[in-house]
Amino acid sequence: MRIGLFATCLGDTLFPEAVKSTAVLLARLGHDVVFPPGQTCCGQMHVNTGYQREPVPLVRNFAEQFGDASIEAVVMPSGSCAGSVRHQHEIVAERYGDASLRAGVATVKAKTYELSEFLVDVLDAEDVGAYFPHRVTYHPTCHSLRMLRVGDKPLKLLRAVDSIDLVELPEADSCCGFGGTFAVKNAETSTAMLQDKMRNIAGTDAEVCTAGDSSCLMHIGGGLSRIRSGTRTLHLAQILSATRTSPYVPTEAVR
Amino acid sequence: MSSTFLGMPATPPRSPYGTGNLRGDRKFPKAAHDELRNEQLRRNLGRATRTIRAKRLNVTGELPDWEALREAGSAIKTDTMNRLPELLEQLERKVTERGGTVHWARDGVEANEIVTRLVKATGSSDVIKVKSMATQEIGLNEHLESVGITPYETDLAELIVQLAHDKPSHILVPAIHRNRDEIRQIFLKEIPGVDPGLDNVPAHLAAAARAYLREKFMTTEVAVSGANFGIAETGTLAVVESEGNGRMCLTMPDTLITVMGIEKVLPRYQDLEVFLQLLPRSSTGERMNPYTSMWTGVTPGDGPQDFHLVLLDNGRTAALADRIGREALNCIRCSACLNVCPVYERAGGHAYGSTYPGPIGAVLTPQLAGMHAAKGDPNSSLPYASSLCGACFDACPVKIDIPSLLVELRHQNTEQSGTTAEKLAMKAAATVMKHPKLFTAAQKGAGIGRLVGGRDGRISHLPPPFNGWSESRDTAAPPKQTFRSWLASAEGAQAMRAAAGEYEKNRKQKEEEK
Ligand code: SF4
Repeated sequence: MRIGLFATCLGDTLFPEAVKSTAVLLARLGHDVVFPPGQTCCGQMHVNTGYQREPVPLVRNFAEQFGDASIEAVVMPSGSCAGSVRHQHEIVAERYGDASLRAGVATVKAKTYELSEFLVDVLDAEDVGAYFPHRVTYHPTCHSLRMLRVGDKPLKLLRAVDSIDLVELPEADSCCGFGGTFAVKNAETSTAMLQDKMRNIAGTDAEVCTAGDSSCLMHIGGGLSRIRSGTRTLHLAQILSATRTSPYVPTEAVR
Repeated sequence: MSSTFLGMPATPPRSPYGTGNLRGDRKFPKAAHDELRNEQLRRNLGRATRTIRAKRLNVTGELPDWEALREAGSAIKTDTMNRLPELLEQLERKVTERGGTVHWARDGVEANEIVTRLVKATGSSDVIKVKSMATQEIGLNEHLESVGITPYETDLAELIVQLAHDKPSHILVPAIHRNRDEIRQIFLKEIPGVDPGLDNVPAHLAAAARAYLREKFMTTEVAVSGANFGIAETGTLAVVESEGNGRMCLTMPDTLITVMGIEKVLPRYQDLEVFLQLLPRSSTGERMNPYTSMWTGVTPGDGPQDFHLVLLDNGRTAALADRIGREALNCIRCSACLNVCPVYERAGGHAYGSTYPGPIGAVLTPQLAGMHAAKGDPNSSLPYASSLCGACFDACPVKIDIPSLLVELRHQNTEQSGTTAEKLAMKAAATVMKHPKLFTAAQKGAGIGRLVGGRDGRISHLPPPFNGWSESRDTAAPPKQTFRSWLASAEGAQAMRAAAGEYEKNRKQKEEEK
């Protein structure tokens, strides 16, 4: 399959390891990964903060970059960006776009997937040949869970990983408190939520807390780093891309 | 844009500024700051919401047609809002036919005046009350007191709140922020003639309240209630409750005055089938609530002989005229969205500054009372009091998509706010991001972040507005290389070739195995 990889602005700039892993994983599964170089950002932060005029050019750019019919699927290692493309782009296009934008948005929307959805639903692959001999707990991010309804797809993928010690996270489906600009505008309430999430993570004794969104992981990881916790965060793609021949080695600062 | 607004529709009035209880005096983050420090409140709320969440999931999960019921609830309410005027007129006709009197109140001020006039006409200086959000919204108790009429709340939790001169913190459990020692203190201080030896055993506290209230039920001639539903087809009003105090208020006095928000009307009697399944299961997590009282006008010789229905607008028509508001008016006040909300669970109800807290309150309050009624209106902070986690949408028995409404309300806010620093920053960010070249340059700039990171790559202090974030979170310094520069590098190309090679190897191996 010819897959258009959307790195997301956060992944491209601040969390490249998660995107590298996604690219390598998809190539290892036999797919042709293309990276349209004009891609930037899906505009989710704008829309979620209440701005719908400003992201029009971003929505347009996204539709142009990935609109080409030779791209059969658009895949991104982020539930919230996939949610934005699938649920918010049409709102922006409806309100502030023109007919061509609306058509472009509808075309890309139909072929856009978050990584775990793509692997399980489209490729029908649960065992992706990964090897990860560590104790791991999984936090389902709100947008994957309730906007995209990925359900237990990420868990199916994790359960199939060779040598993994997967432990259930108590109160897994409660929000970590990130919420984009929420963590800035309502930092104290967000912190109270983060503390409960970290307490539940600590209770699992996991070496790694994983999720499908670098943004939530940045939030949880930032908190774990501050309290000098022994648990680190790692994107789901980084676990799935690790194999016996090229196992996971930490390259980033612990976070 | 043309400067002529000839022909633009006039929007219906919102709840008048400075009246009632639809606006706090501080913005949400400030108010939450104090509440977050209240350990007692956080513990109580945490425990209570967890228990009620589990109960609700049990009783909704056991119904095979729960999703169909939600669908029906949503459809009935949507239909109701789409033809609200005709249904209200039908309700008025039916209530009048059956011997009741209907009053229309444009806003809380008018409703308070109507109720006062009606109470004064009876000659009574006391009223007993059934828990009602509509009367709380318009500040009826405060108004009655100011004209020398004493309102007695008869719901146990409301009574505690009233005796403590406090405000309710939760739609359903208004005294959730009090523990039993506090309640004992409040009773000792405020209930006349209470046994000075009263201890903090819940049954004893309830008995003390019961003795106090029983006397009020027996002697007070006027009651004021709200209504959960009003049936247009028959003119029937319905109140659902748990303690039986409502049944007392609705049946014992001579005069009954019911204040009902206009959105509470339902088209048909049969619609109760749906809502009497949805409401108790969603709200208290019970299959059925203990008391459901229904009455239609006046029945000679049985119950109140003088019945008045006050239909309250107070910003509802304005809400109805707005796509967001119209959906929010579908709310049946079950409080399920509050109980699952992680923000509400931590910050508590007072932080919202309104009779309607939690996720739906953050939508409904600005819709009823506006969010730009004065400079720095606290209501403009409400749409942001959410991480958009979506738990409320899943819980809502009438399927109100609260997170989407909040995002839309944020958009209304930015559209109405003119030019702000945030808007300029958002514009600038969009400008950079729409030009891939500028974006790549900015990514290089982000690399400068490496300089402020400590030796271990952690950034522990950030300037405003990010200082709240960095209070409790480290930020990793940006990596040396972006994804795109890695992919374009020899190393990136090598890694991608190796991955493709591995696929080929595996494929061949599998073929050979065959
Ligand atoms: S919005 Fe829905 S869940 Fe929240 S109180 Fe209203 S009906 Fe209940």
